[in-house]
Amino acid sequence: MRTTGILLLWLSAAAAAGAGKVDFTKDIQPLFKARCYGCHGSQQQMSGLRLDVKDAATHGGYSGPLFKAGDSSNSTLIHRVSGDKGFAAMPPVGPRLTPQEVSILRAWIDQGANWPETGTPVVTARKSSHWSFQPLTHPAIPQLANAWVRNPVDAFILDRLGREKITPSPEASRNTLLRRLSLDLTGLPPTPTEMDAFLSDPRPDAYERQADRLLASPHFAEKWARQWLDLARYADSDGYEKDWVRPWAWRYRQWVIDAIDRDMPFDEFTIEQIAGDLLPHATPEQKIATGFHRNTLTNREGGIDNAQFRFENTVDRASTVGSAWLGLTVGCAQCHDHKFDPISQKDFYQTFAFFDNVEEEDIDAPLPGELGPWLRTKAEYQKKRADLLAEYHVPELQAVWEKRLRETLANPGKWLDWDLAWDCVKKLTEGGDGAAILQKDERTPREREILTDHFIRNYHFAVGPKTYEEVKFKELDDKLRALKISYPQLSQGMVLAERPPQATYLRVRGDYKNQGIEVHPAALSVLPQFPKAMSQPTRLDLARWLVAPENPLTARVAVNRIWQELFGQGIVASSEDFGTRGDKPSHPELLDWLAGQFMENGWSRKRIVHTIVTSATYRQSSKARPELESNDPGNALLARQARLRLPAELIRDASLAVSGLLSLDVGGKSIRPPQPNGVMEMGYGKKGGAQWDESQGADRYRRGLYIQFLRSTPYPQLVNFDAPKSNVSLCRRERSDTSLQALNLLNDPVFIEAAQALAYRVTTESSDPLNYAFRLTLGRDPNPREVKSMRTYLEKHDWVGASSILLNLDEFITRE
Amino acid sequence: MKRQDFDLIQSRRRFFRHCAGGIGTIALAQLLQAEASDPLAPKKPHFPAKAKNVIFLFMEGAPSQIDLFDPKPELRKWHGHPLPPSMTKDLQLAFIKPTASILASPREFKPYGQCGMELSELLPHTASIADDLCLIRGMQSDAFNHHPGQLFLFAGHMIGGRPTMGAWVTYGLGSESQNLPGFVVLSSGVGTSAGSDNYSNGFLPSMYAGTVFRNSGDPILYLSNPPGMNNEAQRARLDTLREMNQEHLDETGDREIASRIHSYELAYRMQSAGPELLDFSKESAATLDMYGVNNETTRPFATNCLLARRLVERGTRFVMLMHASWDHHSEINKSIAKQTAATDQPSAALIRDLKQRGMLNDTLVVWGGEFGRTPMSEMRRPEEADNAGRDHHPNGYSLWLAGGGIRGGQVIGKTDELGLSVTEDKVHVHDLQATMLHCLGLDHKRLTYRHMGRDFRLTDVSGEVVPKMLV
Repeated sequence: MRTTGILLLWLSAAAAAGAGKVDFTKDIQPLFKARCYGCHGSQQQMSGLRLDVKDAATHGGYSGPLFKAGDSSNSTLIHRVSGDKGFAAMPPVGPRLTPQEVSILRAWIDQGANWPETGTPVVTARKSSHWSFQPLTHPAIPQLANAWVRNPVDAFILDRLGREKITPSPEASRNTLLRRLSLDLTGLPPTPTEMDAFLSDPRPDAYERQADRLLASPHFAEKWARQWLDLARYADSDGYEKDWVRPWAWRYRQWVIDAIDRDMPFDEFTIEQIAGDLLPHATPEQKIATGFHRNTLTNREGGIDNAQFRFENTVDRASTVGSAWLGLTVGCAQCHDHKFDPISQKDFYQTFAFFDNVEEEDIDAPLPGELGPWLRTKAEYQKKRADLLAEYHVPELQAVWEKRLRETLANPGKWLDWDLAWDCVKKLTEGGDGAAILQKDERTPREREILTDHFIRNYHFAVGPKTYEEVKFKELDDKLRALKISYPQLSQGMVLAERPPQATYLRVRGDYKNQGIEVHPAALSVLPQFPKAMSQPTRLDLARWLVAPENPLTARVAVNRIWQELFGQGIVASSEDFGTRGDKPSHPELLDWLAGQFMENGWSRKRIVHTIVTSATYRQSSKARPELESNDPGNALLARQARLRLPAELIRDASLAVSGLLSLDVGGKSIRPPQPNGVMEMGYGKKGGAQWDESQGADRYRRGLYIQFLRSTPYPQLVNFDAPKSNVSLCRRERSDTSLQALNLLNDPVFIEAAQALAYRVTTESSDPLNYAFRLTLGRDPNPREVKSMRTYLEKHDWVGASSILLNLDEFITRE
Repeated sequence: MKRQDFDLIQSRRRFFRHCAGGIGTIALAQLLQAEASDPLAPKKPHFPAKAKNVIFLFMEGAPSQIDLFDPKPELRKWHGHPLPPSMTKDLQLAFIKPTASILASPREFKPYGQCGMELSELLPHTASIADDLCLIRGMQSDAFNHHPGQLFLFAGHMIGGRPTMGAWVTYGLGSESQNLPGFVVLSSGVGTSAGSDNYSNGFLPSMYAGTVFRNSGDPILYLSNPPGMNNEAQRARLDTLREMNQEHLDETGDREIASRIHSYELAYRMQSAGPELLDFSKESAATLDMYGVNNETTRPFATNCLLARRLVERGTRFVMLMHASWDHHSEINKSIAKQTAATDQPSAALIRDLKQRGMLNDTLVVWGGEFGRTPMSEMRRPEEADNAGRDHHPNGYSLWLAGGGIRGGQVIGKTDELGLSVTEDKVHVHDLQATMLHCLGLDHKRLTYRHMGRDFRLTDVSGEVVPKMLV
């Protein structure tokens, strides 16, 4: 019956088309024009499909060719318009095509999809007039005869304020200035000695000297690394259910600190993080820079599909490069063409393609002094290890286990326990990719050790607990671990490597299983392109393209974030989005001038910071100006500085610093300060043995930047004060104000300890504890009313309470 | 202004007059202004709401619908045998292959209530409230592993970093409570796969994060005064702090300071409200018995259920109970009975108690996990009797809702006779989320937040309200 029905329809269609023969120009083109061109014509090409041009239409869209001449029942066009094979019927708006219309399309395809040649089509490149895609301008500095202007930054700011008939605020007090500058540049409040030195320095350039001193401080890099680590979604654990600790993640953090400390030019900083492994003769440090991309999450949950999470990580890498360097939400084009910006889905997968062939690799990355001792004792260690393995019959048992696993791989579903064992090789191998190693015939010594360790620790999945007990592998594992730590070891690094290229496919609707057309690495089409000669650009080419002088975005985005750090808000307020839906720059010329300076001065972060902090604009008072409330409520015009609550880490740092507890050691491994019981229990990691072994001695008091960040069970004080969860890149932190923050500062033993230490300090180090306490915490003398309040309190209460009050003051946790 | 809002402001004014003795009128104005901009102040929903609060009883690990909610007698015929490949070819499973043998449920199902809802013998207490329940048998999730599945349920997306349901709801509606957090998390059993990601504020400001009530030590982190400091001393500390913050507010004119003064006052009130909340001495013996607070087996979950009612009573917007774990890959017959023994009575008592107090109409209660379990068995140790368990199954599982906005006494959706997939009235996780928000007067498409250049919402890019579920 069904066949007959279709036949009848076909007949009527053929009849409608005249003489059984469908004529493209008469029957098909008008239909396309009426119902399809709206989305698939010259103006837009949704899903990459264009139906008004023969070549483009024959080529098809993102899912591949649209029709197969002569075979309508296997043509996507027919499935789409008739809404079968699980597709929503096209067109999605207006009435559906009539059965006759569908039949005509069928007949046209079955008759060979004849499409007469037409004239040269109008090619529509995705051009955009949006400001951020335009080349950098070289704006003239406004010439203003005004003594307020200290440098060109001020000229741009004052020019605009003048047009709005607003005068800038007076300069902040010297106390405020130095506290602001110290917190902004190093994240630490000035000591009373530093403050006194500044206050008594009569030289006209006393302030500039302070800026130079702080820019040269080793703590500058600690402060400025944090902003970059937010973008890099840095954490010390895998994320997801198992949330394994990543003991070597800190090597990347260290790389960032070191790079900022020696003011590595931002272009190099970019190239090494994106493709340090591809540089000629890459050093271990250059490889560690690619740890930027190893901060993606790792899912070790049993039963997951590894391909899915590899895909998700690749998506994240592409999106993060888009947001961190280009200030674009390219990730929005994972599933469809960007709704607002000229970024097509194909653009997204062309960026994705740069990362589709990366391998995650853990390497030996010895720290200074490690290599010699390791080399000297290596043979002895390996001999002892081999003896132990032989004693417990590991070589024989492992050979059988490997053979059986290979059989399991070939016969999925046959032996459930061995399926599970195989899944565990994929998920639970420590320090490398177990599945890849298992399938290699030739293994490096390092790979052999990784796989054998996995075998010893996880053999029970295959053979059950009883047999596992009999072979005494738990005992062996303990002995091997003890042996290992008794010998010199090499520190490790988490890096990227490149595997032989494989084809990359666009994924239809962003679904990792749904492959569309093949794509090749390429620049976003709205930005300057790679040279034509570069047939298959690499990650290194991508990195160089990001910092090429023609790229209009990278420098703008980078200086805007520096500005944001120093004023609380960027010149483009939406520092993560320079696209059409983002905020317009409040001072476009200033932004371009800064970006130009940045590039011309060798991409030096410290120089641009110096320029900004020595401006009169930066030095203004942050006091509220009610008269500007209606003109400029968000302070976009910068007629004053801003009062900014300190970020989470700096609140703890400041409390520890003024109380004298803070350890100022720079760099190194992550630390675990005391935290309340029960925090670890809320996650699953604890089941896997993750412990919060409290650091001892001075390590408990190191800066917040070094606190071990476990994604599933983060350190409570960090989360309370808006530190990011570090699952995805973040460009701008929230500054919230909650009662849990109040409880945290009032009652947390960490802050009580700081109050005790501060109380001890002020009462033993000074004959005027009250004055000293104010100078330590707020960098200024108390006013008479404050003296009265504190004296009244101290009549009945002790100095610990009084110190705690100072550490809870809004002014203390704010940079003014 | 609604009457309710007016009353609220009045009572706050009284509070400040009473409690903030020394504050002048200007300062009071500033404080009230800070309050007006308090992001947690109650907000109007998009349209009139049926429910004001939510209690989500999250059964972590994925309870087996086949042994609890969705009787499949047909499975007996297949028990111990694999299904023909034609029936299972599209299944994606975590640990087993689609060729695994069928495991029929040994549990007896009977109809309960006037509605005749069929439920398992493992749920006698739940059965007694069948007429209040809307049982969904056609649930579907996109995720078949725990962490992604839990994120999908609570954040609408499998990859971490987005706000969760409780955060979205407090963001959308604010909190009615002046002394307690708007979004509270209670836990029993073991830790959950997704940990704090289940109640994360994601990219929303941290005030919307779930506040965990802890099972030992301080119920809220840092709630108690430091050792050696009594309430009077704490108050003195806060008074001086407020005075000095006020001084600086006058000096700088920055309203943020007024807002911080407000937060410290709320923190102080929380310090006394917390212990009062946990004090069950005014609950009747009958109530305590109904929940099973004094019974060893039910105590942890019963305590949390009773706390949930007390929280909602005191204005908390969203209470999330996490009970772990129902992840029964092996020995399901033994293990599932242990979990139902711990949770069945308290869950039913919560509904009955809310109803008795006239609170059920205002409170939306949801009971369920991140997905369901397979009709096929997972046999890790074939040599051990009763070792069989079930694998993860996101296509066609069950959960129930009751209370505000929900029509009770009905079953929605059907799965095929083997329980492999949904045949009627499929409810996708995004549909569930959309419907829950709808009950709260929120349009899931309008409850959005701009982050990294994009408007995000709980239901990601899909979700339809399910009218059948509504009153």
